[in-house]
Amino acid sequence: MFRISTDSIDPATLEAALTDARAGACVTFCGWVRNANDGQPVLSLEYEAFAPLAEKEGERILAEAREKFALLGVAAVHRVGHLQIGEAAVWVGVTAAHRGAAFDACRYIIDELKARVPVWKKEHYASGASAWINCATR
Amino acid sequence: MKVTVQYFALLREQRGLTQETLETTAPTPAALYEELRARHAFTLPADRVRAAINGEFAAATAALRAGDTVVFIPPVAGG
Repeated sequence: MFRISTDSIDPATLEAALTDARAGACVTFCGWVRNANDGQPVLSLEYEAFAPLAEKEGERILAEAREKFALLGVAAVHRVGHLQIGEAAVWVGVTAAHRGAAFDACRYIIDELKARVPVWKKEHYASGASAWINCATR
Repeated sequence: MKVTVQYFALLREQRGLTQETLETTAPTPAALYEELRARHAFTLPADRVRAAINGEFAAATAALRAGDTVVFIPPVAGG
């Protein structure tokens, strides 16, 4: 299940929901808001999504991961709203019988989510400036 | 024909709106984007924007129909 969330991400609760007696591996990834980007101090990040299509595309990515890797469970959440340094922006969790599939699937999912899901982020800098990432035109 | 356009992120800020319904003769998302870009001075060139029609990704050359809801998707930056 992939969803866009306006509420803060709770990794422990999300991981607990993947509990499976058949699983020998659980790999999770959590993306945090970092205090700098490209050498510029960052104060906060604002995330926005086209939620209906983001959730559709996210579900497609999870389905692809299930096809490519021998998984038992899979879930991912992307946060939207105004986030402070250290807050969780995205979480991915997968379970599998063995670690290889779990590591590979987790990496696949986060890479595809970042490349394909209609989510945008705006960085607010210590200088007072702000910018939508990947949208610079010069 | 009338279509509805929803704006997100950079385009929402540059348009100053989240949504509008407008009259257009643009046959495709690509043509509609050029029309809006000229009118509102959007900074993103057409080749950096994807289109969605009625909640699903669509080709820039797809046919627009009356009543469609169109979203122009700036370069994504999740994570």
